[in-house]
Amino acid sequence: MLGRLRQMLIKEFLHVIRDKRARFFLFAPPVIQTLVFGYAATLEIKHVPVAIVDYDNSQVSRDLVSRFQASRYFEVRRLSDRREIPELIDRDEATMALQINSGFARDLGKGETAHLQVVVDASNSNTALVGLGYVNQVAQGFAREYRLKTLARQAPALAGGLPEIVVERRPWYNPDMSSQWFFVPGVIGNLVLVIVVTLTAFAVVREREIGTLEQIMVTPIRRVEFILGKTIPFFLIGLLDTALISAAGTLWFHVPLNGSFLVLGAGTVFFILCMLGVGLFISTVSATQQQAMVTSFFFIMPAVIFSGFGSPISSMPDILQRLTYLNPLRYYEVVLRSVYLKGGGFDLLWPQMAAMAAIALIMLTVSVLRFQKSLE
Amino acid sequence: MNGQPQAVVVQDLVKRFGDFTAVDNISFEASRGEIFGFLGPNGAGKSTTIRILCGLLHPTSGKALVAGVDVAREPERVRQNIGYMSQKFSLYNDLKVIENLRFFAGMYGVNQADAAERIAWAVDMAGLTGREHLLTGTLAAGWKQRLALGCAVLHRPPIVFLDEPTSGVDPISRRLFWELIHRMADEGVTVFVTTHYMDEAEYCNRLVLIDRGRIVASGSPLELKLKSMEGDLLLVECDQVGKALELLQEAPGVTDAAIFGHALHLVVPDAERAIPEVKSYLGERRIAVSRIERIRPTLEDVFVSLTSLKGRREKEQA
Repeated sequence: MLGRLRQMLIKEFLHVIRDKRARFFLFAPPVIQTLVFGYAATLEIKHVPVAIVDYDNSQVSRDLVSRFQASRYFEVRRLSDRREIPELIDRDEATMALQINSGFARDLGKGETAHLQVVVDASNSNTALVGLGYVNQVAQGFAREYRLKTLARQAPALAGGLPEIVVERRPWYNPDMSSQWFFVPGVIGNLVLVIVVTLTAFAVVREREIGTLEQIMVTPIRRVEFILGKTIPFFLIGLLDTALISAAGTLWFHVPLNGSFLVLGAGTVFFILCMLGVGLFISTVSATQQQAMVTSFFFIMPAVIFSGFGSPISSMPDILQRLTYLNPLRYYEVVLRSVYLKGGGFDLLWPQMAAMAAIALIMLTVSVLRFQKSLE
Repeated sequence: MNGQPQAVVVQDLVKRFGDFTAVDNISFEASRGEIFGFLGPNGAGKSTTIRILCGLLHPTSGKALVAGVDVAREPERVRQNIGYMSQKFSLYNDLKVIENLRFFAGMYGVNQADAAERIAWAVDMAGLTGREHLLTGTLAAGWKQRLALGCAVLHRPPIVFLDEPTSGVDPISRRLFWELIHRMADEGVTVFVTTHYMDEAEYCNRLVLIDRGRIVASGSPLELKLKSMEGDLLLVECDQVGKALELLQEAPGVTDAAIFGHALHLVVPDAERAIPEVKSYLGERRIAVSRIERIRPTLEDVFVSLTSLKGRREKEQA
């Protein structure tokens, strides 16, 4: 038994080492995704390009413009004619355009409402929303100070006693609110998913395609030996990838691992078991590697989108939120981020662990049964 | 039988895939040390039968015993006793020659001491000495074929199943391969081989002809040639072979006509009577006959005659 299993494992590792596609799946996604999510992907919106036309050209309006210029959220470009605005927005050189009409300072001086017009390119609704928020903040801040100054001039006695609310920010677990800290642990889940599912599915389907599966099935090998031989290598590869990305996260991106390796490891083991089940299942419904590829992506895309990896599950429609409970990646993402940033332990994460263990058990049972049938 | 069971016993074997009957109630036996040929056109049910005998497919009904063991009931016990080589020479192209051999030795549970000797034997047999560390995918078809055979018999199985082992291989390699088969048979191994090459069928001790899932004839090559032809066989050399074929297929007194190289082979009820008839029939239609004589049928003639006759009868019935 051990002799046969050992030979199966040697052979599987030789395949992975010699197969270009397997090598690609082994190394390219971890490197690319870690870099992409470590550096490029960010939820923060900074340096929004803004065009400003100031027709008032007063001391007050220039003050307001300089506030925008001083903010790190904006890249300000001054225009002299509002007719330039449409082209700038069309060419993506500006996301927003602010127009201050003449009479702005005069209206404020008379104590009337002054208008600041904002044109925003809302084709990316998220950037538009956040950008408008920033504009609002700057404008409100400016208005408040203007009011205080006016009050101080006209009724100094009142000005000192105005009530105010100041928000004191205390961001827990990620004091700088860094996107990297959010994404780097999360990307482990995506990678383990892609790598384990595709490699497992390919490993079986390739043998079916070239006919060696039949050749193996006439040897006295037992089904369990074959299935173990086909899953153990990818189990180990999944663990190795997790270790590599965690190391990169800690050493390169300085994401703190506040929880224990043990908890992280346990979650990873349960998750990989789920993915082995999925990979085997895909191998039972695919006759060729091409089919396996397409089927894998049918699984991978929704699994990542409905995992909470990027967009929060709480913003999804109710029915989709319920569907996410079937998605093992959903639980693994919680475990990853909790262990990394919050230092979560088994006491907090046991529901996620239990859910993954249950899904793994079901998936593996179904796949192994289907798999045995597909060998007939 | 000498009290020993036959190597392969098949009784009333049926295999259906949905509505399609791939193997339709066949029975035969193969003795120990025999080269047993399983002949038929593509899609006749040869591979299906062989895959049932190897325990890869479950029969729909009927019985298949290999080395005295019921394959459907105890496929695991059968597997220790058989070697199987599929049409595709299924080896791992991305593994080296030696790695393929080690892998299959491991799969068959050949013990360490024996494995080294068996692997060396297989390398020598396949003519791959000095090439042990080449990637299998870089080998020519003939070498791959012999390596596949080597991998299939590392555990010294008493029965070997070869499914179209010579397809896509050059004539010299085919010859070499058949020498290996004969050597194995001399050592007492039962070789069960499917083929659609009639010249290869001549090498077999016993043949079963199968067509559309049914056995149409069986016996030694000589017996088949003597028994199975209904009527006599004529060789006809003439001009306009294609036109002559068309005409003769319609001609009265000709059971069957087929092109054979540059000539025609005709099956007729009686050669003596048919020779002048055919000559004048073609002459009337302005086709000059340069040669016409009675010949001894080859297996190919037997085969064409049996399968096409059967087809014709079925058509008539329908």
